[in-house]
Amino acid sequence: MADAIEVEHLIKRYGDLAAVNDIAFRVASGSVFSFLGPNGAGKTTTTEILEGLRRRTEGTVRVLGLDPWTDSRPLHDRIGVIPQDFRFFEKITPREAIEYYGSLFGTRPDAGDLLARVQLADKAESRFDTLSGGQKQKLGLALSLTNNPEICFLDEPTTGLDPTARRAIWKVIRSLKAEGRTVFLTTHYLEEAELLADRVAIIHHGRIIADGAPSDIIAAYGRPARIRFEAPPALADYLRAHLGLPVTAEDGRVEVELHEKGDVVRILSAAEASGIRWQQFATEQDTLEDVFVRLVGQMDEGTLKTETAT
Amino acid sequence: MRWTRILADFKIVVRSYVRNPVALFFSLIFPIILIALFGLIFSGSGTAVIPMTVLNLDHNSPASQEFMDALNSTSFVKLSFVNWSASSFAANLGANDDTVGLIIPEGFEANFTAHRPVNVTLYTDPEDAASAGQAVFVVSEVTNAFNLKAANGSAILGVNTENVGSPVYTYIDYLIPGLIGFSILTSPMFSMVDIAASYRKEGIFRQLSLTPLTRAEWLSSHILWYMSLTFVTAGIMIGAGIVLFGAHVTVSLGLIPFLVAGPFLFVSLGMLMGSVAKTPESAALIGNIVTFPMMFLSGTFFPVSDFPPGLQAFAHVLPLYYVIDGMNQVMLFANAARALTDVLVVFGIAVVFFLLAIRFFQWRDE
Ligand SMILES: Nc1ncnc2c1ncn2[C@@H]1O[C@H](COP(=O)(O)OP(=O)(O)OP(=O)(O)O)[C@@H](O)[C@H]1O
Ligand SMILES: [Mg+2]
Repeated sequence: MADAIEVEHLIKRYGDLAAVNDIAFRVASGSVFSFLGPNGAGKTTTTEILEGLRRRTEGTVRVLGLDPWTDSRPLHDRIGVIPQDFRFFEKITPREAIEYYGSLFGTRPDAGDLLARVQLADKAESRFDTLSGGQKQKLGLALSLTNNPEICFLDEPTTGLDPTARRAIWKVIRSLKAEGRTVFLTTHYLEEAELLADRVAIIHHGRIIADGAPSDIIAAYGRPARIRFEAPPALADYLRAHLGLPVTAEDGRVEVELHEKGDVVRILSAAEASGIRWQQFATEQDTLEDVFVRLVGQMDEGTLKTETAT
Repeated sequence: MRWTRILADFKIVVRSYVRNPVALFFSLIFPIILIALFGLIFSGSGTAVIPMTVLNLDHNSPASQEFMDALNSTSFVKLSFVNWSASSFAANLGANDDTVGLIIPEGFEANFTAHRPVNVTLYTDPEDAASAGQAVFVVSEVTNAFNLKAANGSAILGVNTENVGSPVYTYIDYLIPGLIGFSILTSPMFSMVDIAASYRKEGIFRQLSLTPLTRAEWLSSHILWYMSLTFVTAGIMIGAGIVLFGAHVTVSLGLIPFLVAGPFLFVSLGMLMGSVAKTPESAALIGNIVTFPMMFLSGTFFPVSDFPPGLQAFAHVLPLYYVIDGMNQVMLFANAARALTDVLVVFGIAVVFFLLAIRFFQWRDE
């Protein structure tokens, strides 16, 4: 199937600032793509360019085969959008808002169903200015679905939501994917991206610094898996001498990197054989969040090796 | 343009408005307050009656008596009669601390019935500008009424007599079309300028740009709303004028085109002003610069015909002038031809502003 979104050499300048500085990526139809990056990285700028809300300075952008800026009208019939800072008419209720969008798009959404789907049914008749921040976000999500969109652009849809509400939104995102829709998701919750996204791109200072499936990115940039003991440094010395594996000791913790499957057994028997008292042990693996923090940190220090995981 | 979308947006506008109790209260109460306030300040009731000293040199002829009666019936002036000599009239006025005086010349009746020009002489004291203005206004209105009568009397065919015995219009009668015009101007101008700026800032326009609603449809639904509001406030003002001050104005279907075209014009103009401005502050400033001169110089509070010639010329370039003049023609003078010209002018300007507003106002940032 053709790619839902194609971006090449995209540049957006605000005066002297290149908020988006020559990026390229593609999003396959029907997949969930997550766009990650620290504050001010250029996520919203990119997202709004894709949505046809902002004009690009340079580059080519195709969304569903259309140029989002010049073909915004036909594009908007086929995409759903929650902006990062979703605001609506203050005195209007969620039910009225959905009916309004339904009349504008000429669709007949079932307001009750849609609100139940985003867990907002109990606030169907409350005015927008009385909704909490999270409830407003949920209405934004419901509205973005009134026109039965092929692509959903969600710019931080779960920011400010409580853990249950966040899980409800995850469920919606999964169901969107199951229905064959493409999802373009911006988030600061790395676990969310790791759970939901088929592919992620990490953007920083307007440049994409890593791009690929979450597991591939972790494999490419994460540290190897580790086993960790709570033990005195003497254990580190012992293991270093007997195993030939990298060992570190810090704050009453001893960590040994795992290079092969059998390593776990070897390390545990060596620890037993040492006769040194240790308390707990656990295996550890980098999450997308660990990788993200490290990549962004390295880029800020100027030590990032730019290779791309695929 | 799709009516379903205009109506859907209209519903949102109406709900937003009626769910704001303060705004609703003021838009219904404000017209009454305006009428009551200006009616009390300027109408003949209460302290606004000015004393006028009259020297009748035409020996109480019937025509001069009729002129006095007409002045009296405006209830703007209280006449007192003196027998001073014409040459010492002004000096005596000053000595008596009277600020307004009137001389009816000898031969008033003879000249008037013979259709020869004749002038009454009005003395006013520039230091008492309020009385002076009111005296000039009253005397010129009564003079106009007399001239109309005289003109009818001399009409060749002699059938065009509908103005004989017509009432002398009081200030409150002028005030009603003026204040309706005032609210047709102010309520859309101030709120559209504000909406243009705040919807852009809050991202509501950006949100709407993602829907099939067009800018023309959005603007139309707002025009529709301000038209509805205008019908209500005009009704309230006319009712209040009649009940509180016994105004005699004609309420006819001829009023409708103005209550439609007026909001059409000023909603469009307000949106245009709000759109050309880059920031909410400059939008408010531009809005005020455009609104305030119109608010006072279009015949809202005083008939434009009483203005000095320079200001009259200026009034004629203000769109609100044509709205108010047209309503005066309908409600007071039964001058359909002039009302029609006025309404065509208003519609023409409205269409231009509507197109410009749509051209200048953008949903999206670059
Ligand atoms: N309209 C604008 N004019 C000038 N600079 C802008 C504008 N919009 C964004 N920027 C700048 O562009 C950069 C990228 O902003 P953007 O909103 O895309 O970041 P983001 O990745 O979405 O951040 P966040 O995670 O905080 O939402 C920032 O440095 C921001 O200050
Ligand atoms: Mg953002």
